[in-house]
Amino acid sequence: MLSRSSSDDDVPVRLTNVSVSIEGRPVVRGVDLQITTGEFVALMGANGSGKSTLVRAMTGLRPVARGSVRLFGTEIGHFHDWQRVGFVPQRSGAGSGVPASVWEVVSSGRLTHRRPFLPMSHKDRDLVTRAIEIVGLSGEKRAAVSNLSGGQQQRVLIARSLAGQPDLLFLDEPTAGVDMPNQQVLADTLATLSDRGVTIVLVAHELGPLAPLIDRSVVLRDGRVVHDGEPLAEAQVHHPDLGLGHAHHPPQSPALDHVPHVAGPFETPDPDEEVR
Amino acid sequence: MSEFVALMQSGFMQRALLAAFFTGLAVPAVGTYLVQRRMSLMGDGLGHVAVTGVAIGLVTSTAPTWTAVVAAVLGAIAIELIRERGLSGGDVALALLFYGGLAGGIFVANLGGESTSSLNQYLFGSIVSITPSDVLVTMVMGVVLVILCVGLAPQLFAVAHDHEFAKVAGLNVRFYNLLVAVLAAVSVTVAMRTVGLLLVSALMVIPVAAAQQVTSSFRRTLAMSMGVGMTAAVGGLLLAAAASYRADVAPGASIVLVSLVIFLVAWPVGALMRRRTRRLLPFTDDAPSGQAASTHHVHVHGAHCGHEAVPHGDHVDYLHDGHRHAPHGEHYDEH
Repeated sequence: MLSRSSSDDDVPVRLTNVSVSIEGRPVVRGVDLQITTGEFVALMGANGSGKSTLVRAMTGLRPVARGSVRLFGTEIGHFHDWQRVGFVPQRSGAGSGVPASVWEVVSSGRLTHRRPFLPMSHKDRDLVTRAIEIVGLSGEKRAAVSNLSGGQQQRVLIARSLAGQPDLLFLDEPTAGVDMPNQQVLADTLATLSDRGVTIVLVAHELGPLAPLIDRSVVLRDGRVVHDGEPLAEAQVHHPDLGLGHAHHPPQSPALDHVPHVAGPFETPDPDEEVR
Repeated sequence: MSEFVALMQSGFMQRALLAAFFTGLAVPAVGTYLVQRRMSLMGDGLGHVAVTGVAIGLVTSTAPTWTAVVAAVLGAIAIELIRERGLSGGDVALALLFYGGLAGGIFVANLGGESTSSLNQYLFGSIVSITPSDVLVTMVMGVVLVILCVGLAPQLFAVAHDHEFAKVAGLNVRFYNLLVAVLAAVSVTVAMRTVGLLLVSALMVIPVAAAQQVTSSFRRTLAMSMGVGMTAAVGGLLLAAAASYRADVAPGASIVLVSLVIFLVAWPVGALMRRRTRRLLPFTDDAPSGQAASTHHVHVHGAHCGHEAVPHGDHVDYLHDGHRHAPHGEHYDEH
C-alpha cells in the first residue's frame, strides 16, 4: 500500500521476466508483457510456440518457474478478485457422463458472484439470459450441450464467460475448428465487449473475422516474444523472417496458402468477395 | 392379503421402509456426481474398503457403521489424491486399495474370532433387521447428503464439468473434489444396511443411468435419479416382502433389480428421443472420405461467398468446383 503506485492497479496484466517449464522443458522464456485497460491483444504463433501456456500462466492454471505475474496490480498467488477475470478454455472433445443444458453451463459463469446454497438472483438469471442471447443461442437454451455443433459449443463457452461480466477476458483458441458463420458471431460478440472497455487477451492461430478488432499483436516463437506491437496480418505472422513454420504442411511445400492472392486459371473471383 | 397388511404394520417393516426411502433418495444424488466425473465404479471400490471398517467394528465391538464411515472416508480421500495427481499407475493403485480393503476385512474378522457369515449382513444388506437408532442415523445422513448435493449443485457441477474454468472462477476445486469423495464414502455406508456393500454401486449408478436416458439437463438428471432411486428402494423392499411367503428374498437384490427394470424401460424411450434429435442434425453419420489439403485459396468461405454451404458434422463445408471445402487451420481440406 505504501510503496505501490496507484497506476499499477489499473494494469490488468503485467508479466515480468516470466518463464514457464512443463516437465522440465522450458516452454515460455523470459517474457515481459504489459497489457493496459481496454486493449485487445492477440497472442499469436505456431503450434508449440508457448502461446497457450503463457495464457495458462496468466490465469494461474500453470505455475511460473521464474518471474512474476500480476493481475490488476496483485501478485497472482495473492489475487482473489476472480470476479473481474473471465476465461474461455479450449473446447475439449470429451463430454461429461451426465447431460448438461446450455442454460446450466452458462449459469456457472455467475458462480463467482454467488454464494453457496443460495438460489440464483433475478439479476443472475437476467445476465445468463442476455449472455445466451448475445451469442445467438436463445432457441437452444434447454438443449444438451453435447447435441450442439462444435461452433455452437464454443459460443456456449463464450456466453459462460460473458455472464460473469469480466473486466479482463482470456480466450484460448476460440476460433479453432469453428466455421465462418460461427466465427462471425464470435467476432461480433467480442467487438461489443471491447467497446464496453473490457480488456481482451486472445490466443489465436488464425484470426479470420477477428482481425479488424485487434489493437496489438504479440507473436511468440519458441517461448520468446519476437514481435510486440501493431497488429500483423496472418501472412506476416507466418513470414519466414519471423521464423514461424507452418505445422500443417510438409517442409518442402512453401506456405502457398498464406500468399495473399493466387487465383487459379479457372476461377473467376467475384469483386465483392473478401480478398485476403 | 391381510397377512401382507399385517406385515406392513409391523415395526421392523416400517423401519425398513423409512430406511429404504431415505437411502434411495440420497445415494443416487451422490451417484450423479460420480457418473458425471466418469467414476461410476468408485462406489464399488469404496464398498470394498468399507469392509475393513466393518470388520474392525465387529472385532472391537464398536458400532460397525461408524468404523465403516471412517474407513470409507479415508479410502475416498486416498482415491481422490491419487486421481488428482493423475499418476499413470493410478488405476493399479486403486485396485490395490480396493482388494486390500476386502481381503483385510475378511482377515481381521477371522482374526477376531468372527465367522465370515457375520460380515454377510453388511455385504448383502439386512434392512429388515435394522434397529430404530440405525434408522435415525440413516435418515439424518440421508438428509445431510441431499442438502449438500442439491444445495451445492452449481458449484459441484461446475467443478466436474470444467475444472479449469472453475479454478479461474475462483472456486476451490480441490475442496469440492474432496467433498464429492467424502459424500460418496458416507453414502456407501448409508446404503450398506439397505442393499449391502457389494451392491452399493448399483444404487448409485443405475438410477442415474436410467434418468439420463430421457433428460438433457444436469438438474433434471439429478432430480429424476433421486426419484428413480427412491422408487426402486421402496418398490424392491415391497417386492421382497411380498415374495417372503414363498422364498427368502434379499431386499438388496430386489431393489437393484427393480432399478434395472426402470433402466430397461427408460433406455428405448431415450434411444428414440435421441434418434429424433439426431435426425435434425445433418451428416452426423457421414464420415469424411479423405482430407486432401487444398493448396491455395483466394477468399474466405462464408455466408456471402456465393459457394453453396453444406453443414457437415460440427462445421460447414462449401461446394467449390464440384468438391467440398472444409476450413482447417489456415487452409481448406477437401472433403
